[in-house]
Amino acid sequence: MDYLVTIGLEIHAQIQTRSKMFCGCSADYAAAPPNTHVCPVCMGLPGSLPVPNRRAIELAALTGLALNCRIASDNVISRKNYFYADLPSGYQRSQYDDPLCVNGWVDIDGDQGPKRIGLTRVHIEEDTGKLTHTADGGSLVDFNRAGVPLMEIVSEPDITSPEEARRYFQKLRQILVWIGVNSGDMESGALRCDANVSVRPAGQQAYGAKVEIKNINSFRFVERALAYEIERQVTSLRAGERIVQSTRGWDEATGTTVAQRTKEFAEDYRYFPEPDIPPLRLTEAWVAERRAELPELPDARRQRFMTDYDLTPYDATVLTDERAVSDYYEQAVAAARPRGVAPKDVANWLTGELFRLLKDSGETLVVAAQRIRPEYLAEVQELLNNGVITRTSAKEAFDAAFREGRAPAQIVAERGMAVIGAGDALTDMVRQAIADNPKVVEEYRGGKVTAIKYLIGQVMKATRGQASPQAVQQALEQELTRQ
Amino acid sequence: MAALHELTLVQAHEALTRGDVTSVELTQALLARIAAVDSRVQAFLTVDADGALEQARAADLQRARGPSSALLGIPLGIKDVISTSGVRTTCGSNMLATYVPVYDATVIARLKQAGAVLLGKLNCDEFAMGSSTEHSAYQQTRNPWNLERVPGGSSGGSAAAVAAGEAPATLGTDTGGSIRQPAALCGITGLKPTYGRVSRYGLVAFASSLDQIGPMARTAHDCAMVLQVIAGDDPQDATCTGHPVPEYVAALTGDVRGLRIGVPREFFVAGMQPEVEAAIRHAIDVLRDQGAIVQEISLPHTQYALPVYYLIAPAEASANLARYDGVRYGLREPGESYFDELERTRGAGFGAEVRRRIMLGTYALSAGYYDAYYKRAQQVRTLIRRDYLEAFEQVDVIAAPTTPTVAFKIGAHSDDPLAMYLEDVCTLPLNLAGLPGLVVPCGFAEGLPIGLQLIGRPFDEQTLLRTGDAYQRVTDWHTRMPALV
Repeated sequence: MDYLVTIGLEIHAQIQTRSKMFCGCSADYAAAPPNTHVCPVCMGLPGSLPVPNRRAIELAALTGLALNCRIASDNVISRKNYFYADLPSGYQRSQYDDPLCVNGWVDIDGDQGPKRIGLTRVHIEEDTGKLTHTADGGSLVDFNRAGVPLMEIVSEPDITSPEEARRYFQKLRQILVWIGVNSGDMESGALRCDANVSVRPAGQQAYGAKVEIKNINSFRFVERALAYEIERQVTSLRAGERIVQSTRGWDEATGTTVAQRTKEFAEDYRYFPEPDIPPLRLTEAWVAERRAELPELPDARRQRFMTDYDLTPYDATVLTDERAVSDYYEQAVAAARPRGVAPKDVANWLTGELFRLLKDSGETLVVAAQRIRPEYLAEVQELLNNGVITRTSAKEAFDAAFREGRAPAQIVAERGMAVIGAGDALTDMVRQAIADNPKVVEEYRGGKVTAIKYLIGQVMKATRGQASPQAVQQALEQELTRQ
Repeated sequence: MAALHELTLVQAHEALTRGDVTSVELTQALLARIAAVDSRVQAFLTVDADGALEQARAADLQRARGPSSALLGIPLGIKDVISTSGVRTTCGSNMLATYVPVYDATVIARLKQAGAVLLGKLNCDEFAMGSSTEHSAYQQTRNPWNLERVPGGSSGGSAAAVAAGEAPATLGTDTGGSIRQPAALCGITGLKPTYGRVSRYGLVAFASSLDQIGPMARTAHDCAMVLQVIAGDDPQDATCTGHPVPEYVAALTGDVRGLRIGVPREFFVAGMQPEVEAAIRHAIDVLRDQGAIVQEISLPHTQYALPVYYLIAPAEASANLARYDGVRYGLREPGESYFDELERTRGAGFGAEVRRRIMLGTYALSAGYYDAYYKRAQQVRTLIRRDYLEAFEQVDVIAAPTTPTVAFKIGAHSDDPLAMYLEDVCTLPLNLAGLPGLVVPCGFAEGLPIGLQLIGRPFDEQTLLRTGDAYQRVTDWHTRMPALV
């Protein structure tokens, strides 16, 4: 029997702000010694009060707009009540009934072509502290992370395979990083994912029992955890067992999911509106400001690169994967236009030579761009187009520009790399070649036109490759007819 | 001149300004008074004599340097639910017996900025939950008018300290009547400001949507001077913003001619002590004689205030008190695991009334009950507020009793929480509606004080203070002090 798979993802993304969600402490906790980025508010000291971080709300709304959501005008922060040692107030400030963003979607490459994944909601909440369990059975808690702003992005159960789940997660990461609301760093936990999955026999209308897999922090793991879990559920169903609604954890070490708790022990979070924070009213004008802040998104830009710049789908995809690379390319194209250089040629320099150099140096483009300015890509192609340098020299000049951070034209000039294409230098070398090879000259004049190739080779050797073969041939023909 | 501990805040300010007395002398006199009477009154949980004298010396130096603020060098007492940096803040609970805050509440910072002298911390019902100060984990504060009687609560220590001459003014907090009821029972003046008038930052939360800090003193004028310093927007309290602070003392014109006073019939409840009702009606007559226009009004949803309050306040409290888990501060009872330790700590740290309210609130918020209880209560709360806003289209001030009776005997309600809850039936509608209320002494029965409650429009404390001050200009109830025998 065939089984249908239904998957929905809940993605937790840190909102990249300088300060925490409800206090002025730095949100940059990663490298800080334990319990140094704390204050009465994020430590939950008696009497402290939360004040919402304006920027966090702006960025969450920006995310909602990027994900095609409607932004709610009335926003309520709620208290989610539960006890845990890493939760300083005994409740997490989150959103329940009235999330900031609702009814959005993301387009991905589905298993059967383009697919639209619905988004139920995006809401804001605060992160908890971090527990470390010691060898002697004790636990240590660090509140640096407590109160760091998070978004929870909840998809509709529109995903039907582990591969789609991964592609959806990758697409979300691309967008979040692109619009600057999240670092995309999954190792540090700045982006993490819980997956809900159920299976049911083909033909059955009702969804199967939902199993939630927690604690997934890589694209590979989301795919592996779901594949494992689907296999486990299908095997159970085939054996005539019942799937129980439950929560499981992904265990990297064993590559399996492990039962954590069943629904019987589900917590009652007793949500109620946070009385310390008045409802946040977001006006249409405010939402319009956020919309104005929204950059062109990767899908739209990819389309434009293909239409306007004549890029192949592959190049357009590569050049819209990361915002920094894409913006760099745009700057290079802007410099290329007045020089009459085609965007496609700029793309070739970027995806070919520059990517290779970056791979060798292990740098990101943002770092290397301090040296290899975007306009250098246009400049080197222009030199090539104008016949000033050969392709070989162009690569050499480009490599030097990458290493030294100087303009290709300057490098070409200083090192005498310009093609020896006209003037006395080439003429002298041509005359020398004619004088040195009377036999070949005779053959040429006798009608063996191909004999000129040998002479071209001699001149090229003399110029150490710094002449264009066409120019050499032209100069030779001129000289040979003159004599 | 009266003894230093008998001075009103206004008189103390004048004596300091004239140079008749220094802040150090005044502070020493009050510390001496505390030493003399507090073993009987038991208002103070912590007396910070060294800190107070240091602040007094600084205030005297400051005064010598030039112009000074109204509270410079004035000794004050603080209810022990308000966070004071470096001074133990227990909330009347075993849970926080050793808790020394690292930060000052906004009101404390403002008092310090103004040069006030902080004598110490005052007893209260545990986490401000109670109406008699019997629920303090530490001691039973007594009514200075009769030591066998309760001082009211939860700000019982703050009220008794003023009545007993241990401080000219104190800060209390009011969630359902906790400033006004003890002020009435101890024969002093107390103001619960509008919700959002005074920052709650550093007020240890009981019920966040109801809590408010306010002054307790001998006169409306004294309350105005303290309110002036503590009121106003605070960037650290998102519920305290957008309301400019007027000049409260300047509003005390003594003139109530043409002031429209409404008397709500629903507040004269069955079981009310006849002498209390008589005193309240007489006080209203005094205001009428001063030129106010009195009319009866109706606040039809008043009867729902008590059940609504006892859903909302415990619900919020159940969350607010969840932070006491022994991990970061306060009591910790070692156990086998985090949850075992949590249960032991909270079982040992909280008293019976606090545990009762946490359970009530947890129940009211539970899945399946939320809509029927908490949400419905919030809807009725809106109706109660609407009653008042509609009434304020007809009148400027509402005058009503504060409590149905005078102070009851210690232990009288200890077996009956519901009877205790009824103590607040006249006060808690204001908290639900977010309105300001001022209590002024207006008579005695059985030798115990009675308080008139004046209710005002949102953020219109100045009219309340003007009315109370006008009343105190022609009456002398507020000048009487207990013999303390």
